[in-house]
Formats: sequence, structure tokens, C-alpha cells
Amino acid sequence: MVAYLIRRLVQAVLILIGVSFVTFVLLYLVPADPARQIAGRSATAATVESIREQLGLNLPFYEQYWRYFVNLIQGDFGRSYIQKSQVGELIAARLPPTLLLMAAAICAELVFGLTMGVIAAANRRRIGDNLLMIVSFVGVSAPQFVVGILLLYLFAVKLGWFPIGGYGTAAHIVLPALSLGFLGAGWYSRMMRSSMLDVLEQDYVRTARAKGAGRWRVIVAHAVPNALLPVIAMIGIDIGLFMSGIVVVESVFGWPGIGQLAWQAIQRVDIPVIMGVTVVSATAIVLGNLLADLVAPFIDPRIKLR
Amino acid sequence: MRKTLLSALAGAALAGLAATASWAEEPRMGGTMTVTYKDDVSTLDPAIGYDWQNWSMIKSLFDGLMDYRPGTTELVPDLAEGYEISGDGKTYTFTLRQGVKFHNGREMTADDVKYSLERVIDPKTQSPGAGFFGAIEGFEALNSGEADTLSGVEAVDDHTVRITLSRPDATFLHVMALNFAHVVPKEAVEEWGQDFGKHPVGTGAYSMEEWTLGQRVVFARNEDYYKEGVPRLDKIVFEVGQEPIVALLRLERGETDIAGDGIPPAKFLQVTKDPKYEGMIVEGDQLHTGYVTMNVAMKPFDDVRVRKAVNMAINKDRIVRIINGRAAPANQPLPPLMPGYAEDYEGFPYDPDGAKALLADAGYGDGFETELFVANTDPQPRIAQAIQQDLAEVGIKAQIKALAQANVIAAGGEKDQAPMIWSGGMAWIADFPDPSNFYGPILGCGGAVPGGWNWAWYCNEELDKRAVAADAMVDTARQDERIAEWRDIFVAIQEEAPWAPIFNEKRYTIRSKRLGGPDAIFVDPVHIPVHYDYVYIKEDQ
Repeated sequence: MVAYLIRRLVQAVLILIGVSFVTFVLLYLVPADPARQIAGRSATAATVESIREQLGLNLPFYEQYWRYFVNLIQGDFGRSYIQKSQVGELIAARLPPTLLLMAAAICAELVFGLTMGVIAAANRRRIGDNLLMIVSFVGVSAPQFVVGILLLYLFAVKLGWFPIGGYGTAAHIVLPALSLGFLGAGWYSRMMRSSMLDVLEQDYVRTARAKGAGRWRVIVAHAVPNALLPVIAMIGIDIGLFMSGIVVVESVFGWPGIGQLAWQAIQRVDIPVIMGVTVVSATAIVLGNLLADLVAPFIDPRIKLR
Repeated sequence: MRKTLLSALAGAALAGLAATASWAEEPRMGGTMTVTYKDDVSTLDPAIGYDWQNWSMIKSLFDGLMDYRPGTTELVPDLAEGYEISGDGKTYTFTLRQGVKFHNGREMTADDVKYSLERVIDPKTQSPGAGFFGAIEGFEALNSGEADTLSGVEAVDDHTVRITLSRPDATFLHVMALNFAHVVPKEAVEEWGQDFGKHPVGTGAYSMEEWTLGQRVVFARNEDYYKEGVPRLDKIVFEVGQEPIVALLRLERGETDIAGDGIPPAKFLQVTKDPKYEGMIVEGDQLHTGYVTMNVAMKPFDDVRVRKAVNMAINKDRIVRIINGRAAPANQPLPPLMPGYAEDYEGFPYDPDGAKALLADAGYGDGFETELFVANTDPQPRIAQAIQQDLAEVGIKAQIKALAQANVIAAGGEKDQAPMIWSGGMAWIADFPDPSNFYGPILGCGGAVPGGWNWAWYCNEELDKRAVAADAMVDTARQDERIAEWRDIFVAIQEEAPWAPIFNEKRYTIRSKRLGGPDAIFVDPVHIPVHYDYVYIKEDQ
């Protein structure tokens, strides 16, 4: 177990170094000169040169990366070219709203996905099953910005049940969490359905039925707890899925998280911020996957860590 | 004065009528206004901030020696009570207003003015505006790092500043009104270092109250402000992270007061024709020209006939229709609002046949292939497509290169990258209302350098000399002569056709009905987009 953990942590660090290097290379190749971008349209040559000097843009590529890397492991992400603040500060201010949104989205996708899966399995091959599977199919395939805009239009603009974007109260979180969770709900309902169908064929379910337990008692008390385990193990992997979703959903709903920060930074070619957000989200994804793998054997004893 | 009296009389006369006659109202004090923006507010350091979102915010937090009468381009002293210009036009002596206090309570003195100018020129500050101060004596030494002080600025006593120039500069008073010349207190700058832009301390009408990263910035009234009755509001809340469409919906519901990013181009007709928004939209002009640059250093645009042909091939009226009439067709580099605009000049009329003849004359009877660079945000690619179609009519096959704005700017700054650029979204909007500012950086030899903004790479040394001579006419009695000379310089440039000017964009501010104040301050040509200091909230709304 300990050896496994160490091996996985070393792997994680290597992956993160790789991610930071690849992103750095890609951004290095962007044909915009950061010094001129910071200096603006009326700058003198002396100002541009001074900026280049201070940012180390005159150094060879590998030295620039090394400088970035050494600062990074000390927790220094550099300063935003556009906003001029510490990138670490910008990300730290926006991380709590993003984590909150993700937590809400996980609740939403589990509640909707699992319920749909159970009902579909219980009504296998009947009309309810087919309808729910169509909904889940839409959930899996609809782009998140479309879902977000539709929800916003229907429930905020037309019906006025929720605020039109923003942050602050519990009402603000409902629509973005649903938009973000809709995709996951689609996946979970399919996984839950097939997991339920497996379980419902098991001997102990037949035994329970034979003992005279009612249909819903069998499903809720006997089948669901067992069918749930393999599904729960997937939550860690969701974090990776969410990382791409939050860029879209946060922008649609004006949610002040790191997805919105990333979107702004990309539009304005704010390289240190793009780097910072990439490194932070890569870390979250790697940790999420690691967590999923570590939790799996506790949920399902057949899985062994090696 | 007379105007104030008139409106006061009218106000008394109309007191019994409904409050719809907003022009007759006395500004009311107090209340909170909410302004929304899509992007985070970047720095509020006056030496650094240089975008259309923070420009006016900085003007409300800080002041300079000079400013403009609200809603106009007329220069007036601000932190200065007055000034004197020496006979040779090289020495400016400013008398400072007494008893002006920074938000930290300390009185502003001549030393602060000197410190602020030195700070903006010091290359360590990385100010994008340092170049504006090139006329001050000792600029080179300080900007290159050889000196620590600026020899041309002297604090004669606590309330007198003498600035010596190395050459006469007729635009100098405008330069002193730029944000970059705004006065900052040394102790606060030193306390916060590079984060001064997040903790601004100035003398302005508002002071910083709260900044929650990614969410909002709040300004509060400066109780000690030196102008009587200004500002009108107790607070301004700037909310960020709001998409322009969402911002409009919230404005319509009365949740916010100004949509800072304006009306999204794609929604323009819908919004302006919607009765719900009636009376909420203010239209104004701006010091803006949208143009296509033709790189004179690249074939075939080294031939003036080809450049003229492009000018004649483009149907500007159609392009104005594409953007729903939010502009007026242009025929010269200067916008109509700018002194020196040649009203009687006709430019090159739309004439595809004439364009074909010119191309044939230049040896391109069968046309040629080229590239048109454009920023990739709506409506710029649509405009570029219209230009592309017009050019195709005369045989010029232009391939559209739609890139992120920063990448287009970078390509324009290289001598051999971009044969043609549609300037939309990145076009020059004057820093100050003087024709000189429309020449040097974008059409003069000084801008035709790597990283410069003269994307046509047009450099006419003879015109450069005339430009320098025009800016040396400092004497107020010669201002008409100076402006006439600038007019001639711009007509001469247009005859050489390094640009195809397309249109002069109008500005639209959309604001809630509860806001009061003259329309002009909502489309202020200098405090862009809105002169926050003079906005007030009407009663009973």
C-alpha cells in the first residue's frame, strides 16, 4: 500500500512537470511578444527593453522554463501581464467558488443520475426506461454551453425563478450546478442502470424476492447499495470532466471561479495566468484520479492495489 | 454660468410637472450606482492602467494638473489653479490648488507632482505611457536609466511646479491631462509596491473601498474632495464577470445601472428597437477611425496606384449597414470630432471600375493574391468578409486571417508579416483630442518600427518634419494655423493612401432610467465610457 502510494505520487509529480513543460512550450510559441503587450502601444524602446529584462524574456528558452519552474515549486506563479496581480492571488481568490460549484454539481449529478438509473433498471425495456435513457443520451451528448444557456433562458429569464447569473446566494448556484452536472447525470444514469441490472440477476436478490420482500424493498434495500459501489468509485474522475466544463459554465453564468479566469486569460493572451490555471487544474485532475484509485479497494474488496 | 442660471429658472418653472424633464433637474446627492463589466478590472495604477475599462475609473480615483470640461474636449486646469507658458513655449509654470488632500489625508504638494512624473518615466515602473513625456527635459536620461531624477521638473515651492521642455510641444497640456500624469502619493506607492494598482490612493472624487478579486470593486465618495458638489453618488459598485447579454437583461430588470461593455453588436438592432430600452440609450461620437492598413513595405502595396485602387474598391456604405449603422463612412484618417478634420475633402469615392483601371495601370490587370488580418471577435470577421468580397470584385483575392487580437497586433508590428490589416477592435482611438496623436504612432516614421503601431509601415520624412514644425507652434494665437497645417498633413497622407479609412464608429452607452446627468457625460469623449463623477440618481425611481 505504502509502496503503491509512493509510486503513484512520484508518477503524479512527473505528470505535473510534463504538463507544465508542454504548456510552457505551447505558450512560448504563441506569436505575441509579452514585453510589447505589457508595454502597450505608446511605449518607448527603453520601457520594452526594461520589461523584457525584468521578465527574463531575453534568456534562452530552457533558462526561462527553469526560472518558471523554480518559482513554481516555491509557490510563485508570477504576475499577470494584464491584471498585474500575483497569479497565485488571482487563483486563490477564485478557487473557493469553483470548489463550491463542483461540490454542488457532484450532488446534482449523483441525485439525478442515480435516481434515473435505478428507475430505468426497475422498468427495464419499458416506456419509463426508454424515456430516461433518451434523457441521459441527451445529457451525455449536449454541449454544456447549450444546456447552460437553455436553463438560463427558461428558468431565469422567462420564469424568473433564479437570478440571471452571478454569485452570492444559494439560488445563484442551482442553474450552474445543474448545467455542469447534467453531463455527469447522463453517465451515472447509464452506469447505474447497467450496474443495477447486474445486481438484480444475483442470487441474493432472488432469495430476497423468494422471502417475500416487495419489489421496491428489494430494489432500494438490497440492490441499490450493492450497485452503488462501482459507480461511487468514479467520482474522483469527474474532477477531470468538470475542469473542462467549468470554463464554459462559469462564463455563461458569470460565476467567479477559475474557469472564468482561464477564459479571460486565454482571450487576452495573459500567459502567466493561463500557465497557472493549467497547472492548478492538472494538479486537481491528477489528485482526483489518485483518490479514485485509492478509494476503490475500500468500496470493492476485489480490487487490490499493487 | 449663464447656462446654469437658465436651467435653474427652467427647473423652477417645471417644478410642478413630471420629473421627465431630466435636463431641468438639480443633481441629487447620494445613492449607489452599479456598473457591470465582463472582464476583471485590471490595475488601477494611473501609471500602468491603459484600457477602456480602467481609464475612466482611474480618472475618478486620481487627478492631474489638467482635465477636460465634463462631456467635452475642452482643456481646463484641474489640480492646477492656473498655468503660465513662457514666450519660447518651453517653460510651463503651474500653480497648484491649495488644500487638496490625498485619500490618506495628507496634503498634495509640488513634490508629489514631480515624484509622479519621475515614476511614470522611470523604466522600472514599466509604464505604457512613458513615451508621452518625451518633450520634458531630462526624459532620455531618466528613461534610459542614466539618471534618477527628471531635470526638467522643478518644485519651486509647495504649490508651484515648473516644467521645462527640450522642445516646444503644443500638445503638452493634453499630455498633462493623461492618466499617466496623474498625481500619486509616494508613501502609498512605496508601501504597496507593484500592488499599488490594487490599493490606489489618489486625490480623486472617489476612493477605493473594496476589491473582491473576480467579483466586484467598490468606490466610495471622497468626503474631502476639493470640487464643490462632486461627486454626486455615495458609492459605485463595479461588478465583473458578466457577459454583455446577461448585463443587458439585468439592466432591463433594474438590477444594474450601466452595462459597461455596451450593447453586443449582434443584439444592436433588437435592443435599439425594443421599447423596453427606450430612453436608456445615449449616442455619442468618439475619436475613432476604423481603417485597413496596406503595408507599403510589401508588394504590391509599395505601388500607390494599388493602394488607391483598394480605397476605391471598398463599399463603405455597405459595411456601415453590416454593423447596423453604428458608424459613419470615413474618407480620411482623422475622425470628424478631431480638430483638423478636413470637411471639404472628398477622398476616394467608391468606384470599382476606376479601381480596376488603376490596377491594370499598375500591372495587376489580372489581380493578385494577398492576406487580410483581422481580430477574431464579432463583428470584425464579418466586416473583413465584406472587404474581401469588394476586393474580389476588382480581382484582388484576399485570404482572411482571423487571429486573437494580440496576435494581429504582433503581426502588424513586423515589417513583413501582414500585407493588410482590418483595424477593427484594435483601431486607434486618440489618447487625447489633438491631431498630433493620430500621426506619430500610427502614420509617422516613429511608429514604423518593429513592435510599433504604424502597420502600414508608411514613413514620409518630409511629412515628419512638417509634423514637428506644427507641434512647435505653441503660441495660442497660432492655434488656427497649427490646426490648418495638420489638416494639410492628413490630406497629403490620404493622397498617398497607406490606409483605406472605412468608418468612424459611434459610441452607445446603455444606462438605467434612474440615472441622471447630461447625456454628454454618458458618452464623454475623454472619460470613457462614462464620467462617473457627475452621474447622479434621480428621485422616486
